Amino acid sequence: MYSVRLWSVRHARGLNSFYRGFERALTALHPLFKVIGYQRLERPVAALERSVKGLLFDCRMCGQCILSSTGMSCPMNCPKNLRNGPCGGVRANGNCEVRPDMKCVWHLAVAGSARIPGGLEALSHVQPPVDRRLSGRSSWLRVVRERVGEHA
Amino acid sequence: MIFEDEPVPGYPLPILPGHTSPGRFERVLRAGQFAVTTEMAPPDSADPEEVYHRARIFDGYVDAINATDGSGANCHMSSVAVCALLTRVGYAPVMQISCRDKNRIAIQGDILGGAAMGVCNILCLTGDGVQAGDHPQALPVFDLDSMSLLETARTMRDEHRFLSGRKLTYAPRVLLGAAENPFALPVEWRAERLAKKIAAGAQFIQTQYCYDVPLLKAFMRRIGDLGLLEKVFILVGVGPLRSAKAAEWMRTHVPGLHIPDAIIARMAGAADAAREGRNLCVELIQEIRTVPGVSGIHVMAYRQEDSVPEIIQRSGVLGGRIPWYPGRDPQRNSDRLAS
Repeated sequence: MYSVRLWSVRHARGLNSFYRGFERALTALHPLFKVIGYQRLERPVAALERSVKGLLFDCRMCGQCILSSTGMSCPMNCPKNLRNGPCGGVRANGNCEVRPDMKCVWHLAVAGSARIPGGLEALSHVQPPVDRRLSGRSSWLRVVRERVGEHA
Repeated sequence: MIFEDEPVPGYPLPILPGHTSPGRFERVLRAGQFAVTTEMAPPDSADPEEVYHRARIFDGYVDAINATDGSGANCHMSSVAVCALLTRVGYAPVMQISCRDKNRIAIQGDILGGAAMGVCNILCLTGDGVQAGDHPQALPVFDLDSMSLLETARTMRDEHRFLSGRKLTYAPRVLLGAAENPFALPVEWRAERLAKKIAAGAQFIQTQYCYDVPLLKAFMRRIGDLGLLEKVFILVGVGPLRSAKAAEWMRTHVPGLHIPDAIIARMAGAADAAREGRNLCVELIQEIRTVPGVSGIHVMAYRQEDSVPEIIQRSGVLGGRIPWYPGRDPQRNSDRLAS
């Protein structure tokens, strides 16, 4: 939801520290996940992720979440799917070139990143192109497997 | 400037040490000359002569011609094709690639194809949204963004491979450029965005139209503070306004265009608005030239291309230098062909 999305950017700092704790907890559950099987977990976890992040960020389930590097403003809501900063078309009121009634996702991302410790530094990293095969899959499970050094 | 090793039109120049392309444009920039580029509106036509006609307007006044890629999301002859025609006779085009219409497979193919046809300069753009153009019902692709496009092109050039890792037998020798809009929000992050583009591979920058020199100066100072001036050539976008009404229309309809009220007022008060627009453009160029760190200008005169030579001439930025054009050195060419 748009208004919740704006709230999330305003509370980027809190959400980011919450996520860090959440990610640690998930990673600790890796042995359990392994027993159940990541394949079997994929659908229910993706559904949960979709509803939680859909509410908070209007998440599009790209499957390779970078919210911590974008000030909790989901870049997939940018009509141009930009993952590396705003385009040159941002309106004088800070709204989107393509959707004039929506705040520029990246204008928000810069503001949100300034609220997260190290956020602006994270914003400066060049993000690789989106892997379209991951669309619809759980980013959480992927991160856990990456953190424990397993190939997702 | 005349290069001693100037090739027969259509042939590449030798690549000098420290250069990444066999292009004339890179030579001019690295020689420290104040560079002048312009933009050609590709024709809505399959007649090559229309491309040559449009290019000839700029003969002797510009170092490179940008071939736009569906600019404003309007359909025209493709930039790859325009570049193929232009390089055939020796012009130095800047091939614009927009991420709006093609995915990474098509784009990498165009980079190879363009370079094979003699394209030495590529401008990596995100592209205007389809809603801005004449086919708003089209699918916006945006598989890559300008940043990952830059990185892709650099990977192909420097690591001799596609994004997939597959090897190239001969890498594209190109100078990579990007766009920047120092006048759009978030203004405070624009210099950082430029730093990111440089990190992704940008060697030159062409900016959005500049009608606000104080804002440009602030931007350039920030670029200097970040230590980026030695890493990139910045060409500032300029262009003549046709009338106060046109200026008003442009600032409401052209994405990211910033025109201060004072400029509109000046245009409104002029007896001959088009002439005033050209005068203003000349003054802007002269002022921009003095801004530390600016390497050149990029003149965009959509539907006023005929005014470009006059504007450049009057601005005096070439300082007597005559950029190459087909037929500039007829004697040298025939001697070299004979030898």
